Amino acid sequence: MGQIHLEKVRKAFGDVVIIPELDLQIEDGEFVVFVGPSGCGKSTLLRLIAGLEDVTGGKIVIDGKDATELPPAKRGLAMVFQSYALYPHMSVRKNIAFPLKMAGMDKAEIDKRVDYAAKTLNLDNYIDRRPAQLSGGQRQRVAIGRAIVREPEAFLFDEPLSNLDAALRVGMRLEISELHQRLKTTMVYVTHDQVEAMTMADKIVVLRAGNIEQVGSPLELYTAPRNTFVAGFIGSPKMNLIGGAEAGKFNAATMGIRPEHVRLSTSEGAWKGTVKVSEHLGSDTFLHVESPVHDEPLTVRAGGEFPVHSGDVVYLTPEPDKVHRFDANGLAIR
Amino acid sequence: MATLHTKNAARAMMAPAVIVLLIWMIVPLAMTLYFSTLNYTLYNPFSTPFVGFENYSYFLNDPTFLAALANTLVLVLGVLAITVGGGILIALLLDQDFYGVNIVRLLVIAPFFVMPTVAALVWKNMMMNPVYGVIGQFLQALGIAPIDWMTDVPLLSIVIIVAWQWLPFATLILLTALQSLSMDQKEAAEMDGAGALSIFWYITLPHMSRAITVVILIQTIFLLSIYAEILVTTQGGPGSQSTNITYLVAQQATSYGDIGAASAGGIVAVILANIVAIFLVRLIGKNLDA
Repeated sequence: MGQIHLEKVRKAFGDVVIIPELDLQIEDGEFVVFVGPSGCGKSTLLRLIAGLEDVTGGKIVIDGKDATELPPAKRGLAMVFQSYALYPHMSVRKNIAFPLKMAGMDKAEIDKRVDYAAKTLNLDNYIDRRPAQLSGGQRQRVAIGRAIVREPEAFLFDEPLSNLDAALRVGMRLEISELHQRLKTTMVYVTHDQVEAMTMADKIVVLRAGNIEQVGSPLELYTAPRNTFVAGFIGSPKMNLIGGAEAGKFNAATMGIRPEHVRLSTSEGAWKGTVKVSEHLGSDTFLHVESPVHDEPLTVRAGGEFPVHSGDVVYLTPEPDKVHRFDANGLAIR
Repeated sequence: MATLHTKNAARAMMAPAVIVLLIWMIVPLAMTLYFSTLNYTLYNPFSTPFVGFENYSYFLNDPTFLAALANTLVLVLGVLAITVGGGILIALLLDQDFYGVNIVRLLVIAPFFVMPTVAALVWKNMMMNPVYGVIGQFLQALGIAPIDWMTDVPLLSIVIIVAWQWLPFATLILLTALQSLSMDQKEAAEMDGAGALSIFWYITLPHMSRAITVVILIQTIFLLSIYAEILVTTQGGPGSQSTNITYLVAQQATSYGDIGAASAGGIVAVILANIVAIFLVRLIGKNLDA
């Protein structure tokens, strides 16, 4: 079991409101990702669930029991910190065993569980080393090991991959996803990286200034963003959001079109523009095109190699069924 | 660039400093060694016949020597226990956030700026005097007979005075160590189910171990040579109850005018200090390795 329900949860530090009233249901076994720009309150929300911060108002219900006043250790949750927060003077074994030792478990059972966790996470060869002697990825795994030995109701991850280099991040992303497949335990994951959110989540919660902008599966958010904020935040590169006369043609205050949904041509199309920068990735080419329809350059994706260079003239045509329409308040028109 | 030329130039430029340092340290040591083999008293400073190890056997066989050795150990260990233990507790308190914490920190550090002689005189006359001292007055108000500190418990009195002086130092070093403990580790331990005492024992204390080692090493060096506090309070008495090695050595020269015995005592003190140093480094020095 690992059901977490937030009911009208509020958090303020003095006069500064971080999270105005917020409701959220996290069901058993779900991989939920909180995503949003820095300062949106996603880490605070996670810390409220963990019990490291007190709520200003509202209720946190874990597995049907009111956990609002419970101390962190009594909530049955385990947390992986951004800095890993390993205990530097303890060996890997002692680090992983620490929560079990605090729970007063007997020595044989502790050894059994630690050995199992170390094996699962490929840490057996490093079990007697200190954290300082490990690489970033190994430390990350120790932190995860310390969380899984407790067999918690849910895992909380606070930007766990942000201290790793790009290649390692992709690897750890997979490992965490696999871990979730195997354990089938609820996971709540905080990140500012929408790629992590898209690839790992069953359910994404997009936050802005403590408000939930949209909750949904990665594809729901991609295909049907509820407002311009979600539209701009989810997807990489960002969706082109165009206002003015062009949007008027679609009966909207703002129209949105993703870079991958614009047809490119060197001879004809709806919008004429000049290439400012072209980024050749091999598999794709991203063009930043200056066009009179919008004062900022539009981003366009071309599959494979597209042989244009800075200064060339191109024509852009948005695919009509992929156009997102938003009203004057930024809300999607369905 | 480490060419032969620059190496020679570096040697030439360092030479004056090295030579001055050598003279600075070697000359006094050599003179002490030399004086310790002479029958050299201030009553007849013009006749200083060579006597070999006689000064050493005189100093070591003095019944006061063993008492002074024991007193030195009690003094050092007593002050270390109070300052390290108290320092940890006060550092834990000062690490909390409360109104006026900066002023309180400043006040806690203040005793360190008081000169040893002044501190000892203030304690002797204003705190510990049985008739008009603050402690005596307080005890009398409670209906308890006041203690004549300097007469009845001279060594304890000196331990208290010296501990009062060194507590701020220990607190300051330990507080900085405490402040460098990352909040994440405490929170992780909290999530792992550790209570306040467990967090202190398993997380905070190990984190402070290096700072504690530094405090013990530095304080031991200074505590072995406590002199002023004894001179202005008990003068080593009654009898030799509060005489430490340093005071005993000084006594040979100032009270008995025996430079030879004082020099021998000085050499003995140096040897003892080195034994303590080796012992300490072996015992706790490994904490200093990264």
